[in-house]
Amino acid sequence: MKSYRDVFSELDSQKRAALIPFFVIGDPDFDTSLTLVKAAVDAGADVLELGIPFSDPIADGPTIQKADIRAVRSGMTVRKALDFIRQVKAYKDIPIGLLMYYNLICHYGVGNFFKDFHTAGVNSVLVADLSIDDADEVLGPAGAAGLDSVFMVTPNTASERMQRIASKTTGFIYTVSLLGVTGSREALSEAVEGLVGQLKGLTSVPVCVGFGISTPAHARAVADAGADGVIIGSKIVGMIEANLGAPAKMVAEITDFLTGVRTALAASG
Amino acid sequence: MKHRGRYGDYGGYYVPEVLIPVLEELEEAFDRFRDDEAFVTELAELSTYYAGRPTPLYHAKRFSEHVGFQVYLKREDLLHGGAHKVNNTLGQGLLAKYMGKTKLIAETGAGQHGLATAMIGALLGMETKIFMGVTDVERQSVNVHKMKLCGAEVVPVEGGTGTLKDAINDALRYWTAHVTDTFYLFGTAAGPHPYPTIVKHFQSCISAEARQQFLDQLGRLPDMVVACIGGGSNAIGAFAHFIDDQDVKLIGVEAGGEGIGTGKHAASIVAGTPGVLHGARSYLLQDSEGQVVDTESISAGLDYPGVGPEHCYLSDIGRAQYVAAEDEAVLETFGLLTRIEGILPALESAHALAYVASLKGTLDPETVVMVNLSGRGDKDVGIVEQHRPLE
Repeated sequence: MKSYRDVFSELDSQKRAALIPFFVIGDPDFDTSLTLVKAAVDAGADVLELGIPFSDPIADGPTIQKADIRAVRSGMTVRKALDFIRQVKAYKDIPIGLLMYYNLICHYGVGNFFKDFHTAGVNSVLVADLSIDDADEVLGPAGAAGLDSVFMVTPNTASERMQRIASKTTGFIYTVSLLGVTGSREALSEAVEGLVGQLKGLTSVPVCVGFGISTPAHARAVADAGADGVIIGSKIVGMIEANLGAPAKMVAEITDFLTGVRTALAASG
Repeated sequence: MKHRGRYGDYGGYYVPEVLIPVLEELEEAFDRFRDDEAFVTELAELSTYYAGRPTPLYHAKRFSEHVGFQVYLKREDLLHGGAHKVNNTLGQGLLAKYMGKTKLIAETGAGQHGLATAMIGALLGMETKIFMGVTDVERQSVNVHKMKLCGAEVVPVEGGTGTLKDAINDALRYWTAHVTDTFYLFGTAAGPHPYPTIVKHFQSCISAEARQQFLDQLGRLPDMVVACIGGGSNAIGAFAHFIDDQDVKLIGVEAGGEGIGTGKHAASIVAGTPGVLHGARSYLLQDSEGQVVDTESISAGLDYPGVGPEHCYLSDIGRAQYVAAEDEAVLETFGLLTRIEGILPALESAHALAYVASLKGTLDPETVVMVNLSGRGDKDVGIVEQHRPLE
């Protein structure tokens, strides 16, 4: 199974930042969602960030919240997410990070959750509502299962805390580019450059940036700021929402967009 | 964070990283000002002259006659705004002012907390935004209007079922993006640490007063204290100073809706299982997958799938007992209290009364029961009329 280390060191030698698209598993339904994720892989995704839908996603803006509701209504469950991940991995061995909320893990059972999802092919689980202060509730079982750890750093994270977060991170740091929830934005946050620079000075683990990245130019700017990866969620999920009932168009639009971002990232070397 | 905010296994602060520094700032400010002389004096003055404390402890003689034991009502319904909510909004509003924040946001279900926040926003000259589910906006239109009159902006929340849970989701999201100048005035003793501690602190005046009033008026403590529970702010305030009095039974009454068996209710402790929502571990109404389910209650103020962490803990250790009252019994008791005492209870508070009424004939006549009459029922007259039209 391909690790984050494999992917990021390979990209390091190419001097290119990773393209990391985000999808909510099962949005708008299991089959379409799988088609979209495969299309993203074909369009050049280096890592996948996948969300298991939750009824109350407080870190997410309206776009991803609606995707969560679509996915839950279409019958998505945690167990079906396991099957989804197995199918993605069978298509291509690409690192997968989960991004989700704590209640679903607690409900499934912490130990079993990490074991089952690692077996299915997941590399890390970022729990949006579990901070470093309580990370010990999951780090043991997650580590024992063989998962890497991924944590968030935000523009208001104090530097001492950043250090603590970096020291517990083995996968990559998910850098939140702005104060706020997920969602596409017109302009890229000005905080990005300073934040990435600060983190690169603190740690050798890869630093990826997400929240509000909506265009190839944003992605390029993030890469130029020194980020090792660019995470794009709401922009893609918005394309799903805009093309409900027209899956072919959905696939085409998302493929075009990701191809454009990938090209912009390649040019940043 | 300096403290963990745990009540046994419950509580904590399960929030996105971006909120951690903000909650830390809040915890620090609360620790600094809670006993600060200027703060305490200003809060005490406003509590007296603005809100109307102390509230009476009233021996409801005709209601007592009806049930066959002695019922005392702690009249929080007489406070400015018509509910206990002002205790907390005054406290947190002042805290916001002392912290140098200029804007207030709040969530609301029945509109009582929203209104109490809008009042304090007006009083302190702070820009105020109230997040309220669309369903609640519709069924509590009078409170919406009052909030607007106080100068607050009411933001209708479409997500989910358009009730309290969804309003909290959106208030948290908004706060995440506006943390620098905005204070989130949380309405109930739930949510992430330090909110359960803060809300309990500001609501504890209910039991501090009531305990002394019992000693002054009866020369003894009550045998039982009963309060309704949604998130649990009036109940924790009513319980706080009695928790160490082991002989005083504490009873929390949740919203039984159409009946626990129907699934249409909001009784988190009675019928839920532990989970994590809105930053805290608590009993939670959730499906077999861990998705939080829609709740139902005739009373918007109790329509919440989680519950304050300290109540979960008090339940587990057996110090307090939690029960549910169904809509039908609540409506019945609303009518009864109004008819024989001339007091319109809020439908929320009528849950506590309904439980007490259900004890009719089972307790010794000398038994003294306190019911926290957390709010007045003017806002609910329309709903009651829909269910029980006057002849």
